[in-house]
Amino acid sequence: MPRAKVSRKSTAIDMTAMCDVAFLLLTFFILSAKPKVEDPIHADIPASTTIQALPESDFAQLLVAQGKVIFSVEGADVRLETLKGMADQYKINFTPEELKAFQGLDNVSVPIGVLKQYLNMTNQERAGVAKTGVQVDTTDNNELYWWVKNARKADKLVHNKELKIAIKGDSKEEYPTIAKIIKTLQKQKVNKFGLITSLKAATK
Amino acid sequence: MAELDTSGGGKHKGGKVRSKKASTRVDLTAMVDLAFLLITFFILTTTLQKPKAMDLTMPDKDDNHNQLPVPETRTMTVLLGKDNKIEWYMGLPQKPLTPPSVTNFGKAGIRESLIEQGKNVMAKSGKEMIVLIKPSDKSTYSDMVSMMDELNIVGNQQRAIVDISPMEVDLLKRDNIY
Repeated sequence: MPRAKVSRKSTAIDMTAMCDVAFLLLTFFILSAKPKVEDPIHADIPASTTIQALPESDFAQLLVAQGKVIFSVEGADVRLETLKGMADQYKINFTPEELKAFQGLDNVSVPIGVLKQYLNMTNQERAGVAKTGVQVDTTDNNELYWWVKNARKADKLVHNKELKIAIKGDSKEEYPTIAKIIKTLQKQKVNKFGLITSLKAATK
Repeated sequence: MAELDTSGGGKHKGGKVRSKKASTRVDLTAMVDLAFLLITFFILTTTLQKPKAMDLTMPDKDDNHNQLPVPETRTMTVLLGKDNKIEWYMGLPQKPLTPPSVTNFGKAGIRESLIEQGKNVMAKSGKEMIVLIKPSDKSTYSDMVSMMDELNIVGNQQRAIVDISPMEVDLLKRDNIY
């Protein structure tokens, strides 16, 4: 009886196609990844069942935690115009280097009075600065009012769109702080804004 | 000089140097390994859940033209107190139509009252109930968001965030949630 001959096949597989797919996916993930901006103060955001996504551009965020407010606006071009507006408002002259430094700044976490100094620091030095936040109170002339106002003007100028404003608040933040911010926004007729929340399944 | 041998497999004649044909196949295993490792890394680090934004529209303070008087039978006032506790009543604080009751968030809490009272109002007046949210100084931001969310779940559109009055603060104090 003839013995069945098991033909020995090579174990090497053609990896080309697999490699192609792998790199295609890799490219996709690298390109879609957005560097996460670390918040200067941590805010534990409340959950809600809203499913509206946040806009990616023409958007300003007010981070509220520990009684402090930190202002940030999307887009380097909008930031530049915002700072120019603030410079006019507070009669501070910023050098071109400082303007450039501000464009790369993720958020405004210091009062306008020390902003110039802050912009001239290196990243390491900045980390050591106490994040006191933007000054806000119930008067008409608080800093937050002007930041928001100038950012709105800047966005209108650069992109010709209405700036959307969202509040990212800490769950444990006391209501009076939020009320102050809402009042500040309402003073410039911003009656519609977003509250940033995380997603929670409806308990039905 | 080195020349490309295109003559095809010649015989071993005269000690001619034959260029050795190397295989063009490269072992891609390591490369694929690396690529998948990176893919895994990027998949795990990308935030799958983007933050969501809840729209909040405040009543215009300066605009007095569109303000219509609303019957008190249609209004429900929700007071936000401390420790995630809430108190609600129908009508005016001086003479509430229902006795103010303390409750909390969630399905068995305020939502039940919202649905029930909403139905009542709808049956009586044929219009939607108006909900006034009055956060006290002792309430937190998450209370406000939860309350707005409850209204979103119930589907109520007639709502506003209003400043609390001293009388209502007293009410909260009485019920020990201020």
